[in-house]
Amino acid sequence: MPAQNLSLPQPLAVLREPGWTARDQGSELVIVLTGDWIARHTRAQSIEAEQLPQNKSLRTLSFDATQLGQWDSALIVFLWKVQAEAAKLGAGLDQSGLPPPARRLLALAPDDVAPQEIPATHEGLTSWVGDRVIAGWSAFLEVITLIGETILRAVPALTGRGGLRLPDVLECAWDAGIAALPIVTVVNVLVGGILAFAGAVELRRFGAGIYVANLVGIAVVREMAAVMTAIIMSGRTSGAYAAQIATMQVNEEIDALHVVGIPVYDYLILPRIAALTCMMPILYLYGCAVGILGGLVAAVATLGLGPVIFFEQTRSAVNDHQFQFGLFKSVVFGAVIAIVGCWVGLRSGRSASDVGRAATTAVVVSIVSVIAIDAVFAVCANALGI
Amino acid sequence: MDDSPDHRSKLVAQGLTIGYGHGAVQRDLSFAVKPGSIFAIMGASGGGKSTVLKALIGLLQPSAGTVWVNGQDYWAGSEQHRAELGRQFGVLFQSGALWSSMSVAENVALPLRMFTQLDDASIDALVRLKLALVDLHGAGALMPAELSGGMRKRAGLARALSLDPDLLFLDEPSAGLDPVAAAHLDNLILELRDDLNATVVMVSHELPSLFAICDDGVFLDAETKTAIAHGSPKWLRDNCTNPTVHRFMNRDGSRLRDEPKGVQHVTS
Repeated sequence: MPAQNLSLPQPLAVLREPGWTARDQGSELVIVLTGDWIARHTRAQSIEAEQLPQNKSLRTLSFDATQLGQWDSALIVFLWKVQAEAAKLGAGLDQSGLPPPARRLLALAPDDVAPQEIPATHEGLTSWVGDRVIAGWSAFLEVITLIGETILRAVPALTGRGGLRLPDVLECAWDAGIAALPIVTVVNVLVGGILAFAGAVELRRFGAGIYVANLVGIAVVREMAAVMTAIIMSGRTSGAYAAQIATMQVNEEIDALHVVGIPVYDYLILPRIAALTCMMPILYLYGCAVGILGGLVAAVATLGLGPVIFFEQTRSAVNDHQFQFGLFKSVVFGAVIAIVGCWVGLRSGRSASDVGRAATTAVVVSIVSVIAIDAVFAVCANALGI
Repeated sequence: MDDSPDHRSKLVAQGLTIGYGHGAVQRDLSFAVKPGSIFAIMGASGGGKSTVLKALIGLLQPSAGTVWVNGQDYWAGSEQHRAELGRQFGVLFQSGALWSSMSVAENVALPLRMFTQLDDASIDALVRLKLALVDLHGAGALMPAELSGGMRKRAGLARALSLDPDLLFLDEPSAGLDPVAAAHLDNLILELRDDLNATVVMVSHELPSLFAICDDGVFLDAETKTAIAHGSPKWLRDNCTNPTVHRFMNRDGSRLRDEPKGVQHVTS
């Protein structure tokens, strides 16, 4: 049964190798097309328009398609190249021998075969630096504006009607607080344990094993609980905020808020900042508790200290100032992480890759900000003698 | 192949049921698409047109029934077999669904790079040819985010055409386009059908497009959840007596109300 009578898909029909030969007829060169020209099954070299026979008296290029089988765009691309060759040789193209659909498709193809040159833009060092400085400055202004707007909107949103919606805040608080408890527990317990293990090895050599409690207590309360929790929340919540808001940007939800006249700050930004800023101190206190617990387990296991002695020693080592210092830091970290996440989401582009980029940027910027701010706190605390 | 309902049809939906029980989107849906036709899947919004299209192109497995592509049972074979059959499909999604991280030209070139043995120069030429076909010559270097809605549709069509598909599926091709752009796209679909010898299945509720280019079709009903009429949109408009189809085809927006009892309408 001939192939074309079966309604089989093309790949299953037997295809003949495509090819072409040139028949020189004085002023006319006839290109004889043979075989099946199917792009999915044609080898690349088969559709190269190689050098045509040189003939000074050549006037016309024509085609003989009597032996042509099935064809698709592979043939059109070949014809397109032949058309360009003919133009180069100054010969006319007689398309009458081609199947009418092929002629119509060839007519749709643009005249030039060569790819369009895209002018390369050379950026000088001056303009590169200038662009970066301007971008950095405008980003700084955006952040300042966002913080300012948030503070200015906070009062009317809290007191006014229709501003901050309590369910939104509670939902964000659940996401940023209770939902984060498992990972905060794991990380802080392990950090407390690691501190105790590392300290125990050295302190035991001096017979000062009991001071592991001081080490763990001060390190966890002053630094580790606040910083580790902030880093976890940077990875978890800041990225999520950025991705959520960037997706809303893609779906034009933010535009819809602007058009209706609902302040983006009230509806999107404030609930998130409020939730994370309130949740971070709670997570910090929880992190302190489980961090010290981790240290206790490690100290009991390695030094054989009694739990009561460990607690008593910790209580004497950690004073109120250190707790207040850690608590204050965690509030600042919470606000910074939320602001960074929201800001990065708001300035994101409108494509799928922009959403991914926004999430990554938010996480990186949050973590760097947390560490940088912590360094500033350390210097201040040193100066103040806390 | 002997239990195939019709050997000559390009695509056959046979007893297609999508979803389960009360949640079924369509039930016992059957229709056949003749080679070289432009087949319309019509129906009101929410009637399951796009879902049926998903079942036809292999994105959604029907809970009952099957789809025959060129006389082969699409859902009976292995995943590899489905992928092989799927390579004959070109699909234009409603939003264009261009891959946003690639330029327009790269979008069109990717299937060619994956599934042909053509060299880079030939792929480049093919890509520019496809873009020229949809009137996007010179837009290859643009990113999808830089395109207007109409351009995105046409770029999506160029990508759908990249492997010279036998079967072209179009999901709401002219939705969201201005009348001139929509008419242009209609002409383009006709040209592609004639010149590339493709069979087109389109989901649409744009009446001008349906009347202008479709020569066969099926009407899906949202209430009974199955096909209630078969035929070309023009024929359905002029001859179908089913009130739902009639109202749809004649753009009749009056509400269907129960006539209040005891009130007589006086017509002068």
